[in-house]
Amino acid sequence: MFVVCTLLFNLGHADSSKLEQSFALLTSSNFDDKSQAISLLALSGHEKTETLLNDILQGDLYYIKKDKRIVYVTRDGSKVRLTDALTAEDLGLVSKRKAKKIGINNELRNQLKIELASIKLYHEDAKQRQIAVEGLIGKANQATVQKLKLIQAGETDRQVNETIDIVLAFAALESGSVDTQLESISQLDGNLNPLVLSGLKRLVAASDNKQVVAAAAKVIEKIEQRVSMFGYVETLFFGLSLGSVLALAAIGLAITFGVMGVINMAHGELIMIGAYTTYVVQLLMPDHIGASIIISIPAAFMVSALVGIAIERGVIRFLYGRPLETLLATFGISLVLQQTVRSIFSPLNRSVETPEWMSGSMQINSLLSITYNRLYIFVFCLIVFALLYLVMKKTSLGLHVRAVSQNRAMARAMGIKSEWVDAMTFGLGSGIAGVAGVALSQITNVGPNLGQAYIVDSFMVVVFGGVGNLFGTLISGLSLGVVGKFLEPATGAVLSKILVLIFIILFIQKRPRGLFPQKGRAAE
Amino acid sequence: MINKLMKSDFGGKVFLALLAVITAYVAIAHLLIPQGNSFHVSIFTVTLLGKYLTYALLAISVDLVWGYLGILSLGHGAFFALGGYAMGMYLMRQIGDRGVYGNPLLPDFMVFLNWQELPWFWLGFDQFWFAMIMVVLAPGLLAFVFGWLAFKSRVTGVYLSIITQAMTYALLLAFFRNEMGFGGNNGLTDFKEILGFSLQSDGVRVALFVSSAIALALGYLSCRYIVNSKLGRVSVAIRDSEDRVRFIGYRVDFFKLWVFTFSAVLAGIAGALYVPQVGIINPSEFSPINSIEIVVWVAVGGRATLFGAVLGALLVNYAKSYFTGAFPEIWLFGLGGLFILVTILAPQGVMGYFKRKTKGAESIPDESMKAAVEGEAK
Repeated sequence: MFVVCTLLFNLGHADSSKLEQSFALLTSSNFDDKSQAISLLALSGHEKTETLLNDILQGDLYYIKKDKRIVYVTRDGSKVRLTDALTAEDLGLVSKRKAKKIGINNELRNQLKIELASIKLYHEDAKQRQIAVEGLIGKANQATVQKLKLIQAGETDRQVNETIDIVLAFAALESGSVDTQLESISQLDGNLNPLVLSGLKRLVAASDNKQVVAAAAKVIEKIEQRVSMFGYVETLFFGLSLGSVLALAAIGLAITFGVMGVINMAHGELIMIGAYTTYVVQLLMPDHIGASIIISIPAAFMVSALVGIAIERGVIRFLYGRPLETLLATFGISLVLQQTVRSIFSPLNRSVETPEWMSGSMQINSLLSITYNRLYIFVFCLIVFALLYLVMKKTSLGLHVRAVSQNRAMARAMGIKSEWVDAMTFGLGSGIAGVAGVALSQITNVGPNLGQAYIVDSFMVVVFGGVGNLFGTLISGLSLGVVGKFLEPATGAVLSKILVLIFIILFIQKRPRGLFPQKGRAAE
Repeated sequence: MINKLMKSDFGGKVFLALLAVITAYVAIAHLLIPQGNSFHVSIFTVTLLGKYLTYALLAISVDLVWGYLGILSLGHGAFFALGGYAMGMYLMRQIGDRGVYGNPLLPDFMVFLNWQELPWFWLGFDQFWFAMIMVVLAPGLLAFVFGWLAFKSRVTGVYLSIITQAMTYALLLAFFRNEMGFGGNNGLTDFKEILGFSLQSDGVRVALFVSSAIALALGYLSCRYIVNSKLGRVSVAIRDSEDRVRFIGYRVDFFKLWVFTFSAVLAGIAGALYVPQVGIINPSEFSPINSIEIVVWVAVGGRATLFGAVLGALLVNYAKSYFTGAFPEIWLFGLGGLFILVTILAPQGVMGYFKRKTKGAESIPDESMKAAVEGEAK
């Protein structure tokens, strides 16, 4: 009680007598004296307390044998330079033997850590306090418990308060009677902190009271259920995020390959061009990284679309009706584009900076956090898809595209300029590939081989979803991502990818037209 | 029999004669003409030519399925690599205790991974005959199972091309894994000897070169035999109009399956001859771009001629060796440009150009013609 009172009294006031007492005891060779010294030092409230405690922990603090002064030591040739620990006054060069390290043992080390954590308990920032309290879970002794109870009375942050509850409950678990143990177990119910789980397990192993063990086991089961549920939620999110990347990469292909029937092997390179556009835009406006990513989206769309239209006018238009030749020619284009980029930007990977509003993560609870860039990409994918859907269903361009893809001759007879529609459609698909490149630049390095990594996957997604079906592409991209991520813990990343590929190969055997085949005459 | 086979195959005769002459010349010029003489052929050239010949055999195997059956396989690199791995495993076992770790049973990479015993699928590869059976069996079996699934369910055209690409991509990923037991990223290398003879010796290199030439000649003859047989004529019919052949009553899937499997076996043999000459096999052989390159050799040479594929493989690879040495930046531009130009300007390749000049009897149907035929059928 005395300690607590003095603590309260001293809060915020430097107490020089405590500091002197502490320094006197620190130089003792008796560890009990040192322990007392550390407590006194912690209570002293001196502004350097934290550094000093840390330095004792690290073994950086020395004292002069003769006058027991506490000093820092820096090597200087064969001698050592001494500086006073408090005033930083230079005490000159002396022989190494004159100073002695303040030695500590494991017990003291623990004490130091607890004291350090308790100092942070008074930090102004609620986040720092939270970290400090978390550090005390399962470690608090009687004195800290008292201290925490006092702090809790004045604590305003809800989260910190809850964490203190956990610490107190834990302390009760370790020492209390059966009743307090039962009470604290029920307090810990549903808590997802991993330390709680391990603490309860320890209790089950150690306790010989059946009631306590049963109660603890029940709570453990409940917590584990929730942990595994959040595990699933997390995997689902990772899966959706991977799936949205796949879908984004494939949506453009769903237009060029799905609607127009052009096997565009250069699709991956159009994505790469989009990613490089992002990189260039960022180079042009280095002071506005946050805005650059927004500007990159239309820029990448335009650049990729223009390249796409050039490809269509220059090469593909001569090859309609010869799908295998188109495949070869566009593959050639992809090689040329790769080499062009390599010649302009060097073969090394470029990294695109992530703007501030996209970095970081959203902490939902101690087990589940969602990184913002993945979340935004998922949302972005849905938006792109929705816009494209509108273009295809509600605009005259969309109408013409669908008309030409269903029956070219009849569409021409109705006065649709089929050549112009071809170029525009291909441009649209390519532009969307470029937009996908903007998204990809946020999660992977931008390099000349960026596109190659996605081309096989993109074709798989389109074929799996059903050629000519935009909605199918979205569903298939998302579901392939989710399936892949759920397989991953059991098989590892590479094997899960292989299994997904094999699955698609087998799936195409069963349903050559994909998940959502086009119905009606257009299917032929 | 060969006479009968080659009767109407003027190009084939020229090709086989040239192959025989060049092979004999290179072998003799290397072994008998002393170094320093301007007619001497260096061992480097011999090995390089040997490598080209295995590529040519690979190209023939692709031409058989693409030119005569209409299947654009983007997975033949996988069959080639599988044959290569089977040979590589044999060569690996021949190293014995001369590896870095000196383990008499386990190859170095397994010792490195701390494996205690040989995995079951490595058993038997210390025997040459067993390895040779696997060279045929591994790609053959994969092609058979893959083809059986694909052709039964009538996956055709572009879809087939894409799933063959997915197959080689999946294998690429699989062979990169250390756990697979095929040396992971580094593949198999540091070979010492074959059948007891050192791989570094000139004699063995010349022998490998000559075997590649013989394999190419035999591969050519067997493909020509298939093409001239009834099987070949049905294949061409399937290429031009699959539905009609099916309506007449042929089991299209069986025809496709056998030709496809045979072609995969040829590719595997090419791979097995390739590995001892270059001294390494690693997963990058599975990469989809390799398989597409093979297709380009055939396209450049001219489809459905067989010797056109050989010519294309030699031309493109010679250009590749030259350009990657002289102007490394230009090579991809060149290769890419070649893809585009050949498909647009010369869809029938170099041989097609000659054919038009000489008005050969055998016509290569244009795919646009085929499309027209199909359109009419609907």
